[in-house]
Amino acid sequence: MVLFFINISLGSVSIPTDEIFSILFGGNSTKESWETIILNFRLPKAITAILVGSGLSISGLLMQTLFRNPLAGPFVLGISSGASLGVALLILGSSIFGGILTTFAFSNWSLAMASSLGAFLVLSAVIIAANRVRNTMSILIIGLMFGSLTSAVISVLAYFSQAEQIQQYMFWSFGSLGNLTWSEIAVFAIIYSIGILGTFSVIKPLNSFLLGENYAKSLGINIKKSRNIILLITSILTGVITAFAGPIAFIGLAVPHIAKLVFTTSNHKILLPAVAIIGGIVLLICDAIAQLPTSEFTLPINAITSLFGAPIVIWLLIRKKKIFI
Amino acid sequence: MIKSKKHIVLKTENLSIGYQQKKHQKIIAENINVSLEKGKFIALAGKNGIGKSTLLRTISKVQNPLKGIIFLNEKNLKEYTNKELSTVLSLVLTERLPESQLTVFELVALGRQPHTNWIDKLSEEDLEKINWAIELTEIDHLKENRFYELSDGQLQRVLIARALAQDTEIIILDEPTAHLDIHHTFKVFSLLKKLVETTQKTIIISTHEINLAIQLVDEFILLSDKSFTQGTTAQLIAENAFSTLFPSEIINFNTTLQQFVINKN
Repeated sequence: MVLFFINISLGSVSIPTDEIFSILFGGNSTKESWETIILNFRLPKAITAILVGSGLSISGLLMQTLFRNPLAGPFVLGISSGASLGVALLILGSSIFGGILTTFAFSNWSLAMASSLGAFLVLSAVIIAANRVRNTMSILIIGLMFGSLTSAVISVLAYFSQAEQIQQYMFWSFGSLGNLTWSEIAVFAIIYSIGILGTFSVIKPLNSFLLGENYAKSLGINIKKSRNIILLITSILTGVITAFAGPIAFIGLAVPHIAKLVFTTSNHKILLPAVAIIGGIVLLICDAIAQLPTSEFTLPINAITSLFGAPIVIWLLIRKKKIFI
Repeated sequence: MIKSKKHIVLKTENLSIGYQQKKHQKIIAENINVSLEKGKFIALAGKNGIGKSTLLRTISKVQNPLKGIIFLNEKNLKEYTNKELSTVLSLVLTERLPESQLTVFELVALGRQPHTNWIDKLSEEDLEKINWAIELTEIDHLKENRFYELSDGQLQRVLIARALAQDTEIIILDEPTAHLDIHHTFKVFSLLKKLVETTQKTIIISTHEINLAIQLVDEFILLSDKSFTQGTTAQLIAENAFSTLFPSEIINFNTTLQQFVINKN
């Protein structure tokens, strides 16, 4: 809550604290522009940060447990790249194919759909491959390969696109928590909630997966069904987040580890909410940092998450030595 | 033990086990007909690679049979859903657990999953069963430890406790004493023996500790290259069936000692 407030109070226009309070709690402000800034820019952005942070972290946790691999995460397994490919096809493809595509290419709905579809397709490909190899190391490498494959396709697309579209795509790929209207946030929040509700249904399978698939099966878990639900949730969450906020690195991989180190548990009944809260907090902090250095500009959020996050995780791991799924 | 009608919990008919590879089948053993009685301690013995694990995996539905039928309580194993099966049969496998931070208590509690509600809340009964399993296996002092801190012997008892907490008629253990020293091997065997006697569960293990098993188990299923033999320990000793298990140039089964011994010449 405090962080949420600090996050809102920071920005290129400084607004007195008591003014923010009165605006947030429905009062009037002395300046109308302040009211607009708070209600239409900073508040939506803070909410987006929480949704994105918690959603990506949950996706990461689900992937780590499903693959029983601490290195798994939406990024490493190529899911984010899949989402990027979907968006690239939409934005860049519209300049190549023109016509009908252009008309709905830039509505947020179609972005969300393209991105989710892309994420889901790549994830399914990884899963099909995963079912054949079994070895978790190979699965990770396959995920990475799919990642570079999609990047290559994006490069080819970019080569044939116009500068304007490329720029638009580049901006999207920096990641941004701002620029969302209230109606877009509503859409975002609805899809996000569907994903989160889904995770409740897989708490049991998730915990039994900690013993490996054969034990999970002997505990009455329908492996295929649970795995598909987990993958579906992950692609919905990652897809919608990537669509609205761009491919945000690091959070999905790192936050679950921070939560596991802080709470020293593997029980998903504790981990899931813990990961969601820490994810929201981390992204609020990252967003605040992104706005701090110069009051004029806001740095791309994607750079901040990796720049400040990676050293923290490295430090945590060096100190604790052991790493868990 | 009560001398009433035999209560068969598990029965196989013309069972062939092995692996389905693309087009052809790799048969490991065929025409297996065994019937296992309730409340018996049964050991599966045979040399490495003969198909002990495959047989255990097949009767526990981890893998499918190539041919034949398995009856579990007179119902075809094929018709069991994972969920139904989990209330009848529990497992202790040889595979290593993924590295997580589960505590011993949590690990044992996972055995209650088939009985808990959708959010895995432990009821009074669940807690009772968990504590009962923890007491029987004498791991009470380890309850709060993480499972990765345990020695192999302790971990094996924890895994047995987990299977016990699942509260099933049948417990199948694949080489429960692999990696254990002679003291802990004996401890695990006598624990299993005690469980069979006090709970009337059917326990099936695969083992290489034949010399020890002969003293404790009720029945053997012996797998050898050409055939399998099932019988009570005394019967099999009388028939000298153990001598068919291994090639005889190095060790032989000595019927008076009821042990395998090294050839003296």
